[in-house]
Amino acid sequence: MIKMGIKMLQNKDKIFNNIFGFQSNKLSYALKRGDWDKTKKILSLDHDVIIEKIKNSGLRGRGGAGFSTGLKWSFMPKTLGERPHYLVVNADESEPGTCKDRDIIRHEPHKLIEGCLIASYAMRAHKCYIYIRGEFANEAKILQSAIDEAYENKLIGKNACKSGWDFDLYLHRGAGAYICGEETALLESLEGKKGQPRLKPPFPAGVGLYGCPTTVNNVESIAVVPTILRRGENWFSKLGKENNTGTKLFCISGHVNKPCNVEEEMGIPLRELIEKHAGGVVGGWDNLLAIIPGGSSTPMLPKQTCDIITMDFDSLKNAGTGLGTAGVIVMNKTTDIVEAIVRLAFFYKHESCGQCTPCREGTGWMWRLLKKIASKDASPRDIDNLLELTKQVEGHTICALGDAAAWPIQGLFKNFRDEIEMGLKQKQIAAE
Amino acid sequence: MKKEQLKAENYKLCIIDQVKVDEILDKYPSNRKASAVIPLLHYVQKKSNGWLPVPEIERVAEILDMPYMKVYEVASFYTMFNLKPVGKKLLQLCHTTPCWLRGSDEIEKSIFDTLKIKDGETTPDKMFTLMKVECLGACVNAPILQINDDYYEDLDYKSTKELLNKIKTKKNIKPGSVIGRKSSEPYDKNGNKNVTK
Amino acid sequence: MDELRNINITIDGIEISVPQGSTVLQACEAAGAEIPRFCYHEKLSVAGNCRMCLVEMERSPKPIASCAMPASDGMIIKTSSEMVEKARKGVMEFLLINHPLDCPICDQGGECDLQDQALYFGKGETRFENSKRAVSDKNMGPLIKTTMTRCIHCTRCVRFANEVAGVEDLGATGRGENVEISTYLEKAVTSELSGNLVDLCPVGALTSKPYQFVARPWELTKTESVDVMDAIGSNIRIDSRDGKVLRILPKNNESINEEWISDKSRYAIDGLSKQRLDTPFIKINNKLQRVSWDEAFEVINSKISKISNENFVGIVGNQVENEAIFALRELFKKLNLNKILPFQKKLTFSKENRSSYLFNSKIEGLDKCDYLLLIGANPRVDSAILNARIRKNYIHRDLKISSISSQKFDLKFNYEYLGSDVKILNSILEKKHKISNDFEKANFPMIIIGDEVLQSDCSLDVQKISTSILKKFGGFKKNWNGFNILHNYASTVGAIDILSEYSDYNHSALKNDINNNLIKFVYLLNADDFDFDISNCFVIYQGHHGDKGAQLADVILPGAAYTEKEGSYTNLEGRVQYCQRATFPPGDAKEDWTILRALSEKLGKKLDFDNLLQLRDIMFNSKTMLKFDENIYSSEPKITTKLDFKSSKLNYENKNFFMTCPISRCSSTMAECSKVNI
Repeated sequence: MIKMGIKMLQNKDKIFNNIFGFQSNKLSYALKRGDWDKTKKILSLDHDVIIEKIKNSGLRGRGGAGFSTGLKWSFMPKTLGERPHYLVVNADESEPGTCKDRDIIRHEPHKLIEGCLIASYAMRAHKCYIYIRGEFANEAKILQSAIDEAYENKLIGKNACKSGWDFDLYLHRGAGAYICGEETALLESLEGKKGQPRLKPPFPAGVGLYGCPTTVNNVESIAVVPTILRRGENWFSKLGKENNTGTKLFCISGHVNKPCNVEEEMGIPLRELIEKHAGGVVGGWDNLLAIIPGGSSTPMLPKQTCDIITMDFDSLKNAGTGLGTAGVIVMNKTTDIVEAIVRLAFFYKHESCGQCTPCREGTGWMWRLLKKIASKDASPRDIDNLLELTKQVEGHTICALGDAAAWPIQGLFKNFRDEIEMGLKQKQIAAE
Repeated sequence: MKKEQLKAENYKLCIIDQVKVDEILDKYPSNRKASAVIPLLHYVQKKSNGWLPVPEIERVAEILDMPYMKVYEVASFYTMFNLKPVGKKLLQLCHTTPCWLRGSDEIEKSIFDTLKIKDGETTPDKMFTLMKVECLGACVNAPILQINDDYYEDLDYKSTKELLNKIKTKKNIKPGSVIGRKSSEPYDKNGNKNVTK
Repeated sequence: MDELRNINITIDGIEISVPQGSTVLQACEAAGAEIPRFCYHEKLSVAGNCRMCLVEMERSPKPIASCAMPASDGMIIKTSSEMVEKARKGVMEFLLINHPLDCPICDQGGECDLQDQALYFGKGETRFENSKRAVSDKNMGPLIKTTMTRCIHCTRCVRFANEVAGVEDLGATGRGENVEISTYLEKAVTSELSGNLVDLCPVGALTSKPYQFVARPWELTKTESVDVMDAIGSNIRIDSRDGKVLRILPKNNESINEEWISDKSRYAIDGLSKQRLDTPFIKINNKLQRVSWDEAFEVINSKISKISNENFVGIVGNQVENEAIFALRELFKKLNLNKILPFQKKLTFSKENRSSYLFNSKIEGLDKCDYLLLIGANPRVDSAILNARIRKNYIHRDLKISSISSQKFDLKFNYEYLGSDVKILNSILEKKHKISNDFEKANFPMIIIGDEVLQSDCSLDVQKISTSILKKFGGFKKNWNGFNILHNYASTVGAIDILSEYSDYNHSALKNDINNNLIKFVYLLNADDFDFDISNCFVIYQGHHGDKGAQLADVILPGAAYTEKEGSYTNLEGRVQYCQRATFPPGDAKEDWTILRALSEKLGKKLDFDNLLQLRDIMFNSKTMLKFDENIYSSEPKITTKLDFKSSKLNYENKNFFMTCPISRCSSTMAECSKVNI
């Protein structure tokens, strides 16, 4: 094992100390772990002071886009008008490669609930909905009983934590649609409609749930808020790298010896992350073919980039990909890399809501063409066509699903075009 | 929409608990009852053997003052709502890349070898239905098989077969990882827990 | 409304100013830049789903959907840059990959948005190698033929059904590439406006069932005209070929029908070629015999001289143009007869002034109105287009509506039902009813009085107290008159206009006369919907269809239907509109005014005009209101106090929307519709 530059995140700096559920998720245990500690004091701060603190902590949204959480909150109206404000927590975790929110919900539910209270207070919302993906039936049960516990102990509800702030928290289950992770599709779904993204503008901060000012945040973004405020925004901002601060839950799946979730500092080298936590690549680091660094939507990285890349928003962006949800999908040399992306292309075709033309028609076509290439019954011209298609979809759709469907394919050919073309030629020669 | 598929002659509505319905409705503003459509469909589907016959869809619409079509649109949009009958045990096998990388094809084979059903099929005794589904969101525990509400994780050919046989012989099965893992911690098959508590 | 500020925006280098609230697409159009689109439709909510209207906006890395983007100050838009061209071509290719290449057998061919735009943005060749998606066709009833494989999922139909028609059983099921448009369980679309779905569909997915495989658009002669199926006077375009009306389409008129027409206006046309009277007839030994015009006139001449004046009555039908009514009046004048019934039903109006029998707020006023009380009206059946206009305000501005009627009708919008007793109007007037508040709060309150009132004995009382209520709550002011009569028939207002000063003969007078055996001679001018027993009279029927009137007739004078003549109709607002001849009447049938003119000569009482222009000159000189649209009177009535109603319960009359006139009764399409809808 090669020793790396940065030391592992120390336990004392971990936010989620029970992410694996070795301890109970009940309130009494959560209290021992420091949840709900001096929440009243936090809620005695002015709304905007909290927003400012979160802004200063450098926290960037953990749902994929990496937009400053504090800045997002500041888009909400500064006064509570006739329309109520809403916080909606996006627990529709469905991005292939990503399973961190599931563990927060089932093992650290009180971090999330406390975060909901504080974030809602900061944005002057008296109501918050958590939209959890439908398949997480058991997770929803756990979260609901944690919410019930919080109500019973007057941590939420009327005069939450004796802060004077009334706060209601509701859990809402989805029913199987990746697109509901898109914030406006989520709002549509929560309103009882098909999960089809809305046109923007208007943005949710102006016209969101039920036409009211709304902010949609990822589970992890909300669950880290109480700890940030308790330990201070400076503590958080000193972790990680500049503009990429704090800790992050990484999900390491695929061809590693010990697939796992782990909380690490932002900016940890990818190789270190895999070797120290996930038991290394199956067959050794040199057996690595490529890694999808941030959930299925992010273009893959070839091994030579994996050797040196660090896991943070800016480094990955500069490498032509993204941190996304930090769902690290590792593929070693036994992988049929085209088939790996065929599966993703099928996923996007399956999850397209069908609303707008390029995505509805394009995702299916891209999948079919890629499948043809995977079967090697194709010509280099097909690859050109496919890449052109990805460009025809990307940037032309209502929401980002079109982009997300295009990027993995672009990433595939950016890194493996020569090998794939070679494969096509060999098959052709064999056939002749 | 297939009319024949949906027509249910002499269908008897399942019995629903008004208290439970009110509990669901209470979560949403009283003028936004439509919000309860997904939770109510879940509830009714559970009560009616895992699928949604047309009369049940219409009843949900009536409870929520929604046009039938709007509820039907929702029921047809979300993959968890079944518009056709399913077996008592609904096997949902994830076949998206992270699960595939770790052998979901083997699980599919194991299911076929054990139950002789392919994607979309139901066993003749109406016990099992297999559906290949997209990412279930438990990728570090891949491959995953969801059986009704529960996830079974870290499967392989052999353990899947064992699991299904246990169900067939009505033995108890425990949801979660089948290799003794607690949840998503790094797990060493040799039992060395490389984890700091 | 507040004065709207203007916004300055640069389109393709041209700076223009558009009203605030405009979209980028509207701004582009104002600047003369054409933007292709499929899903966008002015009268429907914005969907933004087809992505055909993408344009480049400065500082945006991606092209934007111009239909959905609000225009804002300083925006710089490019509509023909490389980015835009690429986007359009890309979207077009996606739309075409799963669209069948069946244009040669598609009824939309030649008037298809997709076909037209493919010409500009299509590639001309395909890269798509897979088989195209096949989608099963859906049943949508007797009017709409579906070929769902052609559907491009623009959802215009779904939005029209939900927003305009108020039919909520049209939707898009499934998701992704499996999305399918369907009605709930494939039931027929139950709307009086469903034909508009066909117009809205930009491709050939929804086409007209009765018109399937009938003609290509370039073969058709297009005649702009006016519909006579109700009192609205919807503007239409009559498409004909070889002397036959093949279809009717709406013609845009924002003040009246916007872009819509009812299914009856559109689809009753097959009735135009059935049971037509194509030659004069006379009854000999109880059998109708074909005769020449001269012979028919001779029979009338010989009969007329033997009958004294008070035994003579004329009845005007429901679809008669002003010119014919006027000619009948002039003939009666010459013959010194004064019993002309302007309409067939027992309808009671005050004739104090013209505004007492008009729809004074005008149809456009429905957009402005902020409280509406319906009294005895079922606008959905009597005037489907007007009903849709009420719904428009209900949907977009949350219009509050209340109704007093014999029963709670399904009007496709929610309203407060106040029961069937009009006595409630007393308490509204006296501010003792909660809806007095609604009146008080409203700036533009409206009352619409319908058939159930007009036919009842309390008609005049209701009209009186309604004007009082309006007067009390600000329903009469500058540029606003909230008093409205909802007429059902195309000729009613014109007939009252023309005849009220000449003859105050009415329904009950005629009933009396018949009972007293005073009526010997009846002239039916296109009248087929009366309830008098005239079996003992000598009956002349002038009209176009072998309907009730012709059955009773001793002499039949074959006239022209509304598509076969030039004529003017006065709609319920008092607006005069002209219909044009699209085809010729069959056989020996003639335009109606010419029949009366010829008859007058035969009777030795020659009318003072020899052509239509002369007729109109005389008519306009005698009644200026027939000439000018704007001349809608509005005078303020006196306020009354509480009334003792003679009778106050409204009675229900069963009406079949699809069969209200000789033409629609002969239409097999309408027969099918009423079968499906009942």
